[in-house]
Formats: sequence, structure tokens, C-alpha cells
Amino acid sequence: MEHHKVLRVVTRLLVPLILLFALYVQFHGDFGPGGGFQAGVIFGAGIILFAIVFGVQRCMHALPPAWMRMVAAGGVLLYAGVGVAGVLLGGNYLDYDVLAADNIAGQHLGINLIEVGVGATVAAVMVCLFYCFAGGDGEHEIEGDGAGGNHG
Amino acid sequence: MTLAHLPALQVVAPLLAAPLCALLRAPLAAYLLTCAVAAVAAATAGWLLFTVTAGGAAVITYALGGWAAPWGIEYRVDALGAFVLVIVTGVNLVAVWFGRASVMREVPRERVFLFYTGWLLCLTGMLGIAVSGDVFNVFVFLEIASLASYFLVSMGRDRRALSAAFRYLLLGTVGATFILIAVGLLYQMTGTLNMADLAARLPPLKESRTLQVAFAFLSVGVGLKAAVFPLHFWLPGAYTFAPNMVTVFLAGTSTKVSVYILLRFFFSVIGTDISFDALKLHWFLLPLALAGIFTASIAAIYQNDVKRLLAFSSVAQVGYMILGIALASAAGLSAALVHLFNHALMKSALFFTVACMVFRVGNSKLTDLAGLAKRMPLTAAALVVSGLSLIGFPFTAGFISKWALLAAALQSHGWWLALLVLASSLLAVVYMWRVVEALYCAPRAPATVQSQAMTVTEAPLPLLAGAWLLAAGNVAFGLSTELSRGVAERAALLLFGGAP
Repeated sequence: MEHHKVLRVVTRLLVPLILLFALYVQFHGDFGPGGGFQAGVIFGAGIILFAIVFGVQRCMHALPPAWMRMVAAGGVLLYAGVGVAGVLLGGNYLDYDVLAADNIAGQHLGINLIEVGVGATVAAVMVCLFYCFAGGDGEHEIEGDGAGGNHG
Repeated sequence: MTLAHLPALQVVAPLLAAPLCALLRAPLAAYLLTCAVAAVAAATAGWLLFTVTAGGAAVITYALGGWAAPWGIEYRVDALGAFVLVIVTGVNLVAVWFGRASVMREVPRERVFLFYTGWLLCLTGMLGIAVSGDVFNVFVFLEIASLASYFLVSMGRDRRALSAAFRYLLLGTVGATFILIAVGLLYQMTGTLNMADLAARLPPLKESRTLQVAFAFLSVGVGLKAAVFPLHFWLPGAYTFAPNMVTVFLAGTSTKVSVYILLRFFFSVIGTDISFDALKLHWFLLPLALAGIFTASIAAIYQNDVKRLLAFSSVAQVGYMILGIALASAAGLSAALVHLFNHALMKSALFFTVACMVFRVGNSKLTDLAGLAKRMPLTAAALVVSGLSLIGFPFTAGFISKWALLAAALQSHGWWLALLVLASSLLAVVYMWRVVEALYCAPRAPATVQSQAMTVTEAPLPLLAGAWLLAAGNVAFGLSTELSRGVAERAALLLFGGAP
């Protein structure tokens, strides 16, 4: 895509905004429409846009597939871990009330942590899937056949 | 205090372990973690079953996040749920603990951790279905279990595993979508997703067409997942080409859990008044069950691959469970539940012995297993014991369920149905005899296999131990029916009592 100058410039401008908007959707999710799943999709879409325009190799260099898989697993772990924390602090599983000194702060903390877990997993899984389709799923790392989507 | 958290622990232990497994990456660490979780899950299930049958409380409820039942998500374990939990965790325990050699042989080393991650997710889903008291959560857990099992099936060595997994994925997704549509319709009518709450709100809507549509979607969707006869086409391929331990695990659990969903929806949520009295569920379940038993048994006779043969036999055996349900009596239901337990035991034992043979021989074609009894006498003997149980030979678990089914059939439909059940058992004799004949009577002939045959010996000790443990289980539960029959009768009464 070297010769698509307009596309490259626009993407360069848009990707940070997309990622920022994803963070807004993520953290404003408990007051307005939004939440981890939507934010994760937007975040992942931003990364995938970058990969399509600037090449999968470059994207994999910045965000290695192995890392992405760790983030995907880490998100689930965070979600399940918050639930266990509730049990350890004397509530039921996924009871946020006990996470902080007062109930309302606990609910905020709990839902935000959970949604961060959801967002991280969704974004990472989207990128992982894209890597798979683009040719290098990380098992057979980046070197070699010059994976698809990059005919620069 | 801590024991109150057991229903959550049942699901959370494998759920937490799955991402940990993905992070650990080392095959041995992933295996050990899965072993530990299998032990925890089995202990939890055992304790839950003990509590709901002997420990006083008939139902254990757990409010997730501390939100009370009709609004929050509720976990709800009764005798039926705990019974299914014990089946799933028991089969899982044996397959995980003793199946390592088979897994390491068939799964590429760098993918072993992914294999166990998928396995744990599959377990999470199945256990979640059995503990959930919320219909939408049942759907979510069903999807967790199904997606993980598509992945597990696709890990088979044969490239045809991919197309089998894809077919399973297509049909499984149709099934899941239908179940979701049904759940959506139920929610639209009542405004609740909680099972107990639904059960209270649905009876006045008996005449509603929406309910009938939901009922139809539900029957087809769950029927697909449970491989009830005309909807079983995904099963033989998936069982044949999946890695052997996955076949052991899925054959023992996945259709059982789907039958559980069927029971839960038709008996607890919608209720027998609507399912049987108003909508005549048994009118179409009975012919389908009989057609399934006969077609699949006859198809099994003509298979040349033992795994495929046993897979068709599984379709027939699901037919027996559906038959028990279609009798629409407490005795029939209890027979279906006993068979649920016993079939999990016998089919996982059979597939486990086949896994032992595949470990040595490399494939499961009848011709390549010819004369194997001389080389692997103990494995072959375990197969015979479990095969006898499948046929329904006295002193084995299979006899208990066949007997219960016969008695229930005689009681509600008279001799013709009992005669059909007996005739179908003869078909099982025919196809099991084909396997036994190949193992014991056929000469180990072809010259091409001969050189390989010299090296064929008994399977490694852990695999052999697993096969014999399951085979011995078939005899033990044929002699002592306290657990299988006792709990099944209790659960059947519970379902006919109408209490969810």
C-alpha cells in the first residue's frame, strides 16, 4: 500500500482517534452506552486498520501474536479473578460490594475491572483472529513467506 | 460458610484454570493443572450430590454477585443437576488423568497447552449448564462447551477432522441459534430468564402460540445438540476423527448434557402439563426414538471403523434415553436417567479401550484391529466387558438401564414396545460381535501390517488402567445401583413433581 498516500495519511490520523474513542467507550461504559465488549471491538478494529494499511509484519512487530494471546488469556483471568476476590473478601462470587470500603465504590471498582478484562480479551482475540487469517498466527512466526495483506 | 460457594467453585475452577493453562504454555504444566482441576471438580460434584441427596437440602442455590434470584443470575443445584455434574466430572477425571499418553501421541507438542485450555473451557461449559438456574446462562455455557468441542474435534490427526469439526460447527450453531430464539421468545412472553420464575409464569400462557413456537425451536435446537435421530448427522464424523481422548470425553458427556437441557426445559421450565399434556411432546419423541434406535443400530453394523461404529451406537443409545422420556411416566424418566449415567460409563469405557488400541496400531479400522486380542489381551478383555454392558448383559450397568426401560415400557405401552426394545438389543449384539470377532477370531493376516504387528504390545499402563477402571465401573454399577438408580429415581420424581 506504499502508493496509497491518502489512505496512509488518513489512517495515521485516524488510528489514534479510534483507539482513544475505544478507551472512552470503555471507561464511560458505566455511565452511558458502552462497555468492555464494544470498546474491545473498536480497539481491535483500530489495530486491524493499522495492520491492513501498514502491513501485518509491522503490526506484529509492534504487537507480537504471543503477547496478544497472553492479553486474551489475561483478560479472562482478570474477570474470573475479580469474582474470586469477591469470595475471598466475604461476598458471593462476582459480588462487587465487598471490593471497596463502601458499596457504591465497590460496584464501580468491580464493574470497571471486569470490563477492562472483557475489553482486553475482545481486542486481543480480534487481533489474534486477524493474524490467523493474514497468514502468520505466531506459531510459525513472522519470517518467511511474507504474509498476505502486504504487497508493498 | 465456604461450602456455600461450592456451586460457584464448580464452574470457576476450570474457568480460572483455562486462561492459566494458556499462559503456562508448557505441556507438562498444562497437564498437571488440568489434572488438579479435574480432581477439584469431581470432589465438588460429589459433595454437591451428597448434599442434595443425603445432606438435607434438596436444592442448593447460589446468588451470583449477591443479587437475589428473579433479577440476578442464580445457580441452582438439585438432584438432577448434581447427577449430571457427577457424570461429567467422573468421565473427565478418568480421561484427563489416564489419557495423557494418547493426547501426547496425537496432539502436536506445541499445541498441547491449547488442547488442555480448550478441554478446560469445554468442561466449564458443561458444568455451567448443569448448575445454572437461568435459561440464558444455559445458552451461554452451552456455547462455551460447544465452541471448545469444535476446537477439540478439529485437533484430530486425520485431516478429515477439520471437515468433521466444521460440520459439527455448522449444525451446532444452528442448534444454538434455535435455543437462543426459544429463550428470547420465553423472555418476551414472561420478562424473566430465571427457571423457577419462568416455571411459575408459563402455565397461564398454555394456549399462546408464541409458547408453541418457542417450544418447537427448543425441541429442534436441543435435539440437534443431543444428536436425537434425524438430527444426528454431525456426530459420527466428529466422534470418529476427534483425538481419541476427546472422543472418550465427548461421548461420555456432551450428548448427556444436551439431554439434561432437554429435561430441564421440558420438565422444569415449561412443565409436564404443557410439554406432554397440551403439546404432546411424546407423540413425536416416541417414533423418533424408535426410528433412531433401529436406523443407527443397523448403520453401526455396516461400519468398518470401530470409532464410527461406536459413534452410530451412541446415536442409538441417545434414542433409548429419548424413548424413556417419551414414555411420559416417572418410571420411564428414571430409566432414561439411569441410562444417561450408564451409557456415559459404557461408551467412555469402549472409546477408552479403542484409544488404547489406536495408540499401538495407529488407526481404528476393523481390518487393522484383526487378531489384536493376542497382542493386547487386557485391552481386548476390557472392550468385551464394556461391550457386554452396552448390549445389556446381566451383572453389568447396561442391564440395569435396559431392565428399567423394559419395565417402564411394559407398564405404559404394553408388550409391543418392550419387544422392540429387546429386538434393538439384538442389533447391538450384532455390531459388538463384529468388533469382538475381529479382535479374537480373525487372523492377524495382511503382510503389510505384519511387520508392525510384531511391535504391537499391551498399551502403556496408565491408558490400560483408565480403560479397566471404566470397564470395572460398568460391572460395579451393574451390581450396586445405589448411585445410578437411586439418584435417577429421585431426580425423576423431582421432575414429575414439577418443582424446578
